[in-house]
Amino acid sequence: MSENPSTTSAGEASVDRRRRTKLRLNSSMIIGGVLILLIVALALVSFIWTPYGPSAVDPVARLRPSSPEHLFGTDRFGRDTLTWIMYGARITLMVGIVAVGIAVLIGTPIGIVAAVFAQYPWGTWLGAVIMRANDILLAFPALLLAIVFAAVYQPGTGPAMVAVGIAAIPGFARVARSGTMQVLGSEYVRAARASNRSVPAIAIVHVLPNIASMVIVQASVAFAISVLAEAGLSFLGLGTQAPVPSWGRMLQESQQFLSTQPELALWPGLFIALAVLGFNLLGDGLRDRFDPKMEARGNG
Amino acid sequence: MISYVANRAIQFVLALIVASVVVFALMSILPGNAAQVALGTNATPEAVAALEAQYGLDQPPLIRYFDWVGGMLAGDFGTSYVTGAPITPVILASVQVTGILVIAAIILAIVIAVPLGTFAALEQRNWIGVTISALSQIGIAVPNFLAAIILVIVFSLTLGWFPSQGWMAPVEGLGGFLIRLVLPVVSLALVQAAILTRYMRSAVLDVMREDYIRTARAKGLTRTKALFVHGLRNAAIPVITVAGVQLATLLVGAVIIEQIFVIPGIGSELVRSVANRDLVTVQGIVMVLVLLVLVINFIVDVLYPIVDPRIRNAS
Repeated sequence: MSENPSTTSAGEASVDRRRRTKLRLNSSMIIGGVLILLIVALALVSFIWTPYGPSAVDPVARLRPSSPEHLFGTDRFGRDTLTWIMYGARITLMVGIVAVGIAVLIGTPIGIVAAVFAQYPWGTWLGAVIMRANDILLAFPALLLAIVFAAVYQPGTGPAMVAVGIAAIPGFARVARSGTMQVLGSEYVRAARASNRSVPAIAIVHVLPNIASMVIVQASVAFAISVLAEAGLSFLGLGTQAPVPSWGRMLQESQQFLSTQPELALWPGLFIALAVLGFNLLGDGLRDRFDPKMEARGNG
Repeated sequence: MISYVANRAIQFVLALIVASVVVFALMSILPGNAAQVALGTNATPEAVAALEAQYGLDQPPLIRYFDWVGGMLAGDFGTSYVTGAPITPVILASVQVTGILVIAAIILAIVIAVPLGTFAALEQRNWIGVTISALSQIGIAVPNFLAAIILVIVFSLTLGWFPSQGWMAPVEGLGGFLIRLVLPVVSLALVQAAILTRYMRSAVLDVMREDYIRTARAKGLTRTKALFVHGLRNAAIPVITVAGVQLATLLVGAVIIEQIFVIPGIGSELVRSVANRDLVTVQGIVMVLVLLVLVINFIVDVLYPIVDPRIRNAS
């Protein structure tokens, strides 16, 4: 990481900080950001206006292709697809925000604590145990954990969000741990420790600002995974339940009309892909920006 | 090397034990009662009590846990509360189907990704390299179920080349088996190939900057030849790790693909058991899936030093 101060002298570090405060955009960030803004805008506008009501049915205009009246066509009940896409954006974003929120708030402290424990002779084994437990959680992929939750509790958006959030914890714990290890091993932290500051105090003052960028990148990636997991779960009928509009369920319901009205699958599929693409690109762009070494190498 | 493998094996067994406790706790303690779940909320207390007694659910959790684990170690996953049938044959039959799907998919993904990623790295500044990179970025964003639907629309409903759903065991007819395998396997493989292409590309880019490649070039080898003779083995190391992780992802991703193509794999069994509120079967299937994920991780860990002598010597 470029932020690793142990490899830079004091002068370089201040140059580095100045460069960091100036927001340099790259193409991945711009495209990803625009896609995410589009979906956020769809969700926000849906609270004020949608072309039709979500449950407004038009029996004479069922399974219609795109037209000026119904921009994205209609489903088997004659409901407006664009309206449903707009409402679906809400669920997609809500699941992502809650799931990533859970994972950041639990995973990041776990990683920091594991790294801090490793600084003490008495805590090395404890830090190792925490990370081993973390690795075991990795054996439960998001979709599998969400299916288990749907089996134990009623299938729904709530259990889905929690399950996806729990499954994302290990990623944040790993990132936070390695970032904290780097910071705690750096020269200025050793200087702070020499002046009798305790490790937990150092962790709060020096670690949090320095690992924030890594956590943000991880959050973007985890958001993309949660969009996929929610869509997949709803596609299986184990996520968001009718009548709440969800992209995954729209895609699932489109399946029986694939030969007569394939457009029904096109729109939810397109928006799921755009959302995932948006968060993946944003994550890539941020990673490149926080780590110029990667950018110079031409990765991404 | 031996101590390294032994160390990994101990970690594997520990992880398996902890995972079994987690699965059991999730399924058996949190919701209260599997019999209640199986019978539904309208069941009379007498009916619930009868079912509990029948399947030993009135026993303390610790005894039920050891019964369950002991049964699994002996190859017996118990009896479904809903169908009354033994679970083991169901799991064995369906896991084979999923295994075929997943292994075929990872092989296809590797066959696509290794040449594409290498090419994208060698032609980095070219439009071809840029196009491959952009396509792989888009490919990652397409969930496998969307790929499946697009493939069905194009190759099944429009062109009529492949059936849109169904499954045939290889013994029933190899032609029928293969033709039904194509679309599900391609839908599973495309996303993984896209991810793998990106890893392959950056692995090759990393290797191309190594001193030994420069030395080989200085000795007169072309860029491509230096890569093929000296570089690819080193580029393979990160790619093998990623492919292992992907194999685990595919196992779970197959759940949705099996639903779309009506394939009797372990994912279809899992979804059906969830819909039937058949918690014992769900518990068994989840444990099998977690076991497979852990086994894959273990194999990747052990393969690592074999491919990379530096790790072997370090340990």
